[in-house]
Amino acid sequence: MSFPWARHYEPKNPVMQWVDSRLPLPRFVYNAIGAGYPVPRNLNYFWNFGVLAGLALVVQIVTGIVLAMHFHSSAAGAFESINGTIMRDVNAGWFLRFAHANGASMFLLVIYIHIFRGLYYGSYKAPREMVWLIGVVIFLLVMATAFMGYVLPWGQMSFWGAQVITGFFSAIPVVGEWIRVWLLGGYAPDDAALNRFFSLHYLLPFVIAGAVILHIWALHIPGSGNPTGVEVKGEQDTVPFHPYYTAKDGFGVGIFMILFSTLIFFYPDLLGHPDNYIPANPLSTPAHIVPEWYFWPFYAILRAFTADFIIPAKLWGVVAMFGSIILLFFLPWLDKSPVRSANFRPGYRIAFWILVLDVLVLGYCGGSAATPAVVIVSQICAAYYFAHFLIVVPIISRLERPKPLPNSITEAVLGDHGGSRMTETALRA
Amino acid sequence: MLPLFTRSIKFIIGAGFIFVLLLALIGTVTTLIKEPAQPTAEEEFHKHPKELDLASNGPLGKFDNAQLQRGFLVYEKVCASCHSLNLVSFRDLQQLGYNEAEVKKIAKDWPIKQPVQDPKAGTWGERDNLASDRFPKVYYPGTGSPPDLSLIAKARHDGAAYVHSLLTGYQNQPAELLKKFPTAKTPDGSYYNPYFANLNIAMPPPLTSENQVTYSDGTRATVDQMAKDVSAFLVWTAEPTLQTRHRAGVAVVLFLLFATALAYGAYLTVWRGVKH
Repeated sequence: MSFPWARHYEPKNPVMQWVDSRLPLPRFVYNAIGAGYPVPRNLNYFWNFGVLAGLALVVQIVTGIVLAMHFHSSAAGAFESINGTIMRDVNAGWFLRFAHANGASMFLLVIYIHIFRGLYYGSYKAPREMVWLIGVVIFLLVMATAFMGYVLPWGQMSFWGAQVITGFFSAIPVVGEWIRVWLLGGYAPDDAALNRFFSLHYLLPFVIAGAVILHIWALHIPGSGNPTGVEVKGEQDTVPFHPYYTAKDGFGVGIFMILFSTLIFFYPDLLGHPDNYIPANPLSTPAHIVPEWYFWPFYAILRAFTADFIIPAKLWGVVAMFGSIILLFFLPWLDKSPVRSANFRPGYRIAFWILVLDVLVLGYCGGSAATPAVVIVSQICAAYYFAHFLIVVPIISRLERPKPLPNSITEAVLGDHGGSRMTETALRA
Repeated sequence: MLPLFTRSIKFIIGAGFIFVLLLALIGTVTTLIKEPAQPTAEEEFHKHPKELDLASNGPLGKFDNAQLQRGFLVYEKVCASCHSLNLVSFRDLQQLGYNEAEVKKIAKDWPIKQPVQDPKAGTWGERDNLASDRFPKVYYPGTGSPPDLSLIAKARHDGAAYVHSLLTGYQNQPAELLKKFPTAKTPDGSYYNPYFANLNIAMPPPLTSENQVTYSDGTRATVDQMAKDVSAFLVWTAEPTLQTRHRAGVAVVLFLLFATALAYGAYLTVWRGVKH
């Protein structure tokens, strides 16, 4: 893997030489995220979000492990242990709790930007299909983990969220109700459900970490993409990951942490729902059951299907909601255009921005009460969502005339035929 | 035939979803035209809480201990007979400026006692509260179920402002409401309050007259003042660490701004002379 001009690991420190010759772990890290990984020189700030997602995962695992030391996973004790013990008596417990709750939002925010970066710059296309496929798996795992984590405080939204989401499975014909009861370990969410959600909520982040390693491994075979979508042609097109992108990511991490800290310390409940400060009560249904903001677009798609057609409306909604994510697996084969970057694809570029707007509107609808107006807008937007991936993109990729591509990354950066200029600028510095 | 089918499967699936959505859309629109949504009394007469200016508001808010003590007094004399405060311990009151002896006395004199079971006889008795105890549960025999107030300022939209508006919002049911919605008359045993979600609340007006509680710091105990003070107190019970959080946040964000500026400088230095 990697390019022939990639630097080789030569440990100078005798300790590192000793370690490296027995277990080449330092070499592995050097080649993965060190100076041994050549990266296109023209990445923009949207390429920071992979590292930021990794950071968010680490933050969630670290805060989560400490929170788990104080959490009682029982229907009788969960709410009290979080809102009583952790928030009031554990040293800096309030910080851990708010960091973990808002960390989930930051994680999903970063993931969404990362996914849309991939959609804009065609990161899912050959030879990076495997990176994309594993990425969709990670997205699904993160959504499952986030959902189960939201159940753990055992507030009203936790309980009724669990009730609604597990209720999806009862839409399956014949065996649906049986599957729902089996998943919950009872007829309604209770101790059994809470305990298994806690167990899985602790397990899945490590599965995600494993999938992230595969994601990065698959990325390192062809190497990183870039905003022009033109493949690396030679050494002048790349810079070593360290120190160039570690420095750039350091700045990105700073911005991320400022935003994250502002949420934790000044607006910790901004993205939460007040009802989750009410203990779970199976006898009182909240006026509006809404999931966390990151599920709103999918929730809007679910609620958009209100007509029975061969199968019941509820089953259509569930199929469409899961389908809206599953179809991302097929994207590399739906978009056949050989040009990756939307910068050179005028038609696709318009469709992409319509999709962004579409998903934002779906998100707004998913977070609002299901009035007829909201449902109508959701139905139109859900239709575009499916049309975009299954009809518009395949047709555009066949008909579109892409703009001329630069001959190389270096040419795109320097505005001429590149090559020698790189060495010149480097020498002057 | 088959290759054409496999090639167009995406269009078939896409068109399928769009067709079902179109059916749903037609259904929604017809229902909307045939049976337009009837306005309800809640929609038309429910009010958003009034603005409430508290020291703890905003990203840099602090607690005003004098106000919190007054608010605790209102809670103790008025609210506590029906509403518990089960996530708060008596010892926490020291954060409001009471000393240890005062807290012990408050706990000891608290009218609702801690239940204890005699392990030999199996019978239940009670003992005085200790500073280390949580405020005891209140068993309310009447109609309705008074919620625990520990988190009420976080468990409602607009938190403290909602509590303040609710406490001062009792009024007679407007005549125009009854004229428009004759069936929406406030039922017996309920009280009309436009700040409550369904307009009719089971709680009788708790703050009814000036000087219902006696403030020792000379503040005039008007109904509005008492409502404000107890709202401020409930912000504290919902998150006693709020002030610590704000103070830590200032230090953290200032540090991060500095560190990010350094990181930006490092980025410029590393990339100097490399066009990208």
